[in-house]
Amino acid sequence: MAAPRSVETMHLVADVLIVGAGGAGMYAAIAAARAGATRVLLVDKSLVGRGGATIMAQMTVAAALAEESDDDWRWHLNDTLEAGRGLCDERLAAVLCEEAPVRIREMGEWQVGWARRDSGRIAQVTAPGHSRPRCCYVDFLNTGPAVAATLRRQVSRIDTIRRVSNLSVTDLVVNDGAVVGTIALDAASGEPVTIEAAATIIATGGLTRIYRRNSASANMGGDGYALALMAGAPLVDMVFVQFFPIGHLAPRLVGMDPIMWDPFRYKLGGRLLDGAGREFLARYGSDETDAYTTPRDIASYAITKEVAAGRGSPHGGVYLSFEHIPAGELRAAFGPVIERLAKNGIDLARAPIEVSPIAHYHMGGIVVDERMASPVPGLFAAGEAVGGANGANRLSGNAIPEALVFGERAGRHAATTKAAAGWRDSAAGEAVERIRDMAGGRAGEVAAPELLDELRTLMWDDVGPLRSAAGLERALTRLGGIRDSLGRVTIAPGRACNASLADWFELRASLIAAEALTHAAIARRESRGAHQREDFPDSCPEFALSQRIVFDGAGAIAASFGR
Amino acid sequence: MKKARLKVRRGAVGDAPRYDEFAVPFEDGATVLDALVWVRTHRDPSLAVRYSCINANVCKECTIAVDGKVVYACTTRLVADRVMKLDPLPGKRHLRDLVTETRPPRERLT
Repeated sequence: MAAPRSVETMHLVADVLIVGAGGAGMYAAIAAARAGATRVLLVDKSLVGRGGATIMAQMTVAAALAEESDDDWRWHLNDTLEAGRGLCDERLAAVLCEEAPVRIREMGEWQVGWARRDSGRIAQVTAPGHSRPRCCYVDFLNTGPAVAATLRRQVSRIDTIRRVSNLSVTDLVVNDGAVVGTIALDAASGEPVTIEAAATIIATGGLTRIYRRNSASANMGGDGYALALMAGAPLVDMVFVQFFPIGHLAPRLVGMDPIMWDPFRYKLGGRLLDGAGREFLARYGSDETDAYTTPRDIASYAITKEVAAGRGSPHGGVYLSFEHIPAGELRAAFGPVIERLAKNGIDLARAPIEVSPIAHYHMGGIVVDERMASPVPGLFAAGEAVGGANGANRLSGNAIPEALVFGERAGRHAATTKAAAGWRDSAAGEAVERIRDMAGGRAGEVAAPELLDELRTLMWDDVGPLRSAAGLERALTRLGGIRDSLGRVTIAPGRACNASLADWFELRASLIAAEALTHAAIARRESRGAHQREDFPDSCPEFALSQRIVFDGAGAIAASFGR
Repeated sequence: MKKARLKVRRGAVGDAPRYDEFAVPFEDGATVLDALVWVRTHRDPSLAVRYSCINANVCKECTIAVDGKVVYACTTRLVADRVMKLDPLPGKRHLRDLVTETRPPRERLT
C-alpha cells in the first residue's frame, strides 16, 4: 500500500481510512472489507484494538433480543428517547435500536461469550432506564475486553485490512470542499505520514479525557471533534457529557475501571448514602425502595448537590454500601473480583466505598445522516464520535451497540463512496511542514502537560456536572489564554517517540473540544439531562432543540439552535 | 510530605544509558504510573512513557521493568522507603526513555 511520494514523506493510499481502532473503528474496517473495499487502513494512536473506550467497558450491552421476556426494538427506542430528554436524533436512535440485535447475536456467533442462563438463553438484566430485561454482559466485568478481543480476532483474519498502531492523525486534508485523506504523526520516528483516502471514518471516541475526573483512556481527548471542525464539519449537542454518577473515589483502586460498581448495584441493590450514612436519593424524586432505578443524570445531580451542601463523604463524594448483603451473595455476584478488591484493601462486607460522578461518555459529536456520512463529502463518523443518537442523556447499555451498529453502517457506506475530489499535495503541505518543524524541538515558555492538567481541572470545576454563567465565562477566558500560549509551548528535541510533540497535538485538540463545549453550554440557558445550570435550573420548551457548532470563516466557534 | 524516589532510565537509541532521579509526592495507594505522570506534568515533560487505559489493566502499554521485574506501571504501587529503579521492557527494541517497540510486527509502518 505504501508508495514513495517524495524523498521525505511516506504516502499511503486507501479506499477507506479508519481513524481510531476501538469497537466502532474495528467494526467499520470489517464492514468496509465485507462491502468490497480492498485497501482498508485502520490506524490508532495507541495499539489497534487495545485503546479507546470499548475495551474499558465493564458493563452491559442493550439489545432487544427478547431472550428473557417479550421485547421489541421499538420499545428499546422508546426507552432511548425518554432517557434522551427530548433531544435524540430519532433517525439515528432508531438505527441503533433496530440493528443492535443482529450485531449482538453476531458477536455471540463470534464467540464473545455472552453470559447465559442454565437454559442456554443469553442472560439479560434490567439496567436503569430500561422497561424490561434487555442488557447482556460477559462475566465478570469482562464485557468490553471480550468484545475488543473478538473484534481484534475478526479484523486479523481479513487480509484486505491493514493495521497501523502508534500512528496519530493530526489533520484532515481538504481539497475542493471534500476530505481526501489525512496527515499523521508516526510516533516511533517522529515523521509525518500522508494518507490519501476516498473515504475517511472518524472513530476516535469522545472527549471525556478533557475532564480531571474521567473514566477515559489516554486517547479520548476530543481528537475527532477537532479534526471534524477544522475540516468544516458541524458538531451537534456538545454540552451533553454523561457524568457517570458512581465513579470510584476512595480508597485508591488500581487495575480496575472506576465505573465498575454499577452492575453490582443493580444485581445486589447497593445503597447510596450521604456522609452521615443516610439515604438521600428520595429527596431528588427517586424512589429506590424496590429496585435501583435512578437515571444517570439525576443521580449525578443528587450526589453533586449533597457534596456541595456539605453532606458528602471524607474524599468529597458519597458512600456506596453493600454491608447489608450476606457474604455468600457478595461472593457469588462478584466472583473473582472479590480478590482483586481485597488486594486494594476493600472488603465490602465490612465497610462502604466512596463514589462520585466521573466524566464517562459524550452524547454530542459529529453530525451524520443514517449512512454515518457527515455533510462534508468523504468524511464519515462512527461510535461515540457521532452526535445525537443519545440526546441529552445516554441510556445505559447503548454505547457498545452504537459502536457496532454505527461502525457497520459507516464501513459499508464508506466502501461504496466515490471520491469527491482527488488528493493534492499542496493541500497537505502546511500540516506536513508543521510536524517536520516542531519534531526537531523548539525552546518555549510553557509545557503542554502542565497546560493539559490546568485545562482538565478548569473543565471539571467550571464546565462539569453543575454549571453557571460565571463559571462558564471564566472557563472560556482561560481556555482562550491557553490557546494563545500554543505557540509558546516547549517541544523537546529528538524526533523518535517525542512525548512533548504528541502532547502539543493533544493540547490543540482538547482545547478545540473544550471551547466548543463551553461555547455551547453558555448558549443553552436551561437545564436538561446531563447539562445542569445552577442559574437556569429548569428545562425550557424553547430549548427543546438541538444545537450545532461550526468553525466560522475566521476559525472562530459559532453555536446555533435548530430542529 | 512523604516522598517516593524514582531512578528512571533516559535516552534514545544510540545514547549512552543514563538515569535521572526524581522525588515525587507519595500518597497511599499511588502507583508508579501516577508518579511518572506527575513527573511529566511537574518536572520533565520530555520524559517518554507509554500508557493508554491508565488504570483498567486492559491495554498492556505501560509494561516496564521496576527493580528488574517486568510489571504494569499502572498496577504497581509506589513505595516510600527505597529508590525504585525503572527500566524499559527488556527483550524489546528500545526507542526512548521507558518506551520500547511493543507493536506486533504486522501493525508497524514499515
